[in-house]
Amino acid sequence: MVKKVIYGNHAVSYGARDARAEVIAAYPITPQTQVVELLSEFCASGELKAKFIKVESEHSAMAACVGASAAGARAFTATSSQGLALMHEMLHWASNARHPIVMANINRAMGPPWNIWTDQNDSISQRDTGWLQFYCSTNQEVYDTTLMTFKICENDKVLLPGMLVLDAFVLSHTSEVVDMPLQEEIDEFLPPYRAKYKLDLDDPRAFGGLMFPDWYYELKYKQHTSMEEALDVIEKVGKEFGDRFGRYYGLVEEYRIEEAEIVLIVSGTIAQTSKEAVDILRKEGMKIGLVRMRTFRPFPKEKIRKIASKVNKMIVIDRNISFGSEGAFFTETKACLYNEKDRPMIFGVIIGLGGRDVTVEDIMKIAKKGKEGKFKVNEINWWGVKL
Amino acid sequence: MEKEMYEVRFHGRGGQGAVTAATILADAAFREGKDVQAFPIFGVERRGAPVAAFMRMDTKPIDLKTQIYEPDSIVVLDPTLLDVIDVTKGLKEGGKIIINSSKKASEFKFGKAKVYTIDATKIAVKHGLGTKTNPIVNTAILGAYSKAVGNVSIEAIEEAIGEKVPRKKEENKKAAREAYEVTRGE
Repeated sequence: MVKKVIYGNHAVSYGARDARAEVIAAYPITPQTQVVELLSEFCASGELKAKFIKVESEHSAMAACVGASAAGARAFTATSSQGLALMHEMLHWASNARHPIVMANINRAMGPPWNIWTDQNDSISQRDTGWLQFYCSTNQEVYDTTLMTFKICENDKVLLPGMLVLDAFVLSHTSEVVDMPLQEEIDEFLPPYRAKYKLDLDDPRAFGGLMFPDWYYELKYKQHTSMEEALDVIEKVGKEFGDRFGRYYGLVEEYRIEEAEIVLIVSGTIAQTSKEAVDILRKEGMKIGLVRMRTFRPFPKEKIRKIASKVNKMIVIDRNISFGSEGAFFTETKACLYNEKDRPMIFGVIIGLGGRDVTVEDIMKIAKKGKEGKFKVNEINWWGVKL
Repeated sequence: MEKEMYEVRFHGRGGQGAVTAATILADAAFREGKDVQAFPIFGVERRGAPVAAFMRMDTKPIDLKTQIYEPDSIVVLDPTLLDVIDVTKGLKEGGKIIINSSKKASEFKFGKAKVYTIDATKIAVKHGLGTKTNPIVNTAILGAYSKAVGNVSIEAIEEAIGEKVPRKKEENKKAAREAYEVTRGE
């Protein structure tokens, strides 16, 4: 076991190294660059025996990962913001072709205007590409999730690509303590990837051919059911990880929700800061708890329903916006509760776009306003907008 | 309740190593059993432009992911910043300021803040860190921090320099040690 103070970006690099990624193809973009810099050093020194492919764009990076995964390799890449957007076509390809590629996306706002700081609009915009999405809130979780995502995605029941997401600067360039297990222990947790179907000269197969309407539909059904099956796989892998390494992960993290009347639904680093707010409010006597959303795709509907059945109010805090609609986590949370008998009142709050700092005070004020029922219900609530 | 979290803000100019200083201090505090965080204010450090970085440490795990608005102490790597920005903004009452300057501490006045000075530029040049026109003063000033604030030992800072400084590790350790020796604590 090694315990080190490292950047969130390097937690990704160490994670990919310790997962023994076999092919890495990436194109640099702020704030992701350090991820790839360290990985290229690992490859150059031989510390990681992977093929490092330099490419001319993110679209090509994902294309190279698709090729590598089709050949049966464990493929990894990392990107951010506009880079992720440029990959869009190939993201569909990776999922539709059932390649368990793992990618780290550093959550950075979309331009213009140029902004290199954090919000989730880049990853949320890839919601329907068929990638699993995990939102991290500490550098330790970034490292752990890199390892777990390979294991989840490569599971026979899943065989889909997965994206782990971390906030620009608040994690990517922040140094925190990260505990990394021994390589032998990781190898036991994550054995080499053995692709069931791959490009093989001795056993030739066709990939990505034409499929007529008579069966395309069934493949989409399978892709969806695999995503649903991933819910169980994520929980099992999170439990196994905990049993082995002492840190347990699930679809969501429940924080002080016992006897809570009101819960905050939050993801990313804001959730971490919100824990402080919850602690203070609990001391003041407010029955409040927090649900940190680790998984966005597949969406943990049952978890949300269970939690919702016990509370009066929910406040969904989104660091993203679907223009003309609302925050993505807000939409999903409401949608999965529509047919429930006892639904709590739900408010949606948009906050922190483009890296605006979100403080404990912000969260406390939001919680209090929500408790008093002073938010608009059928519209989104913009927090701290100066207009 | 005893306050255990301790927060530091660093002011420097791009290229002086303010962000690295925050990281080294975090690494040193981690070596003494603390949970730590170090981060730049915005992450676009252009050479010569004012930059700021933060360091947060606690005996308990740190959940906070916000910037630091009310630091317990402030480290100023470049004295010319004093005329440009309010380096004391938000400093807690009774907080400490460590300034890289050849002047005496008594020549500075920042309300009730306790001021310490260290000629980190001279020490950095002496140990061949950076160039004469662009000395890298971050390790020297951390030595002064260790003596002035007293919550991270000079030994831990030397170890952290060994881990986090890519070149001239020994010279950097010596610069930190020298600054530690000449800084007067309370």
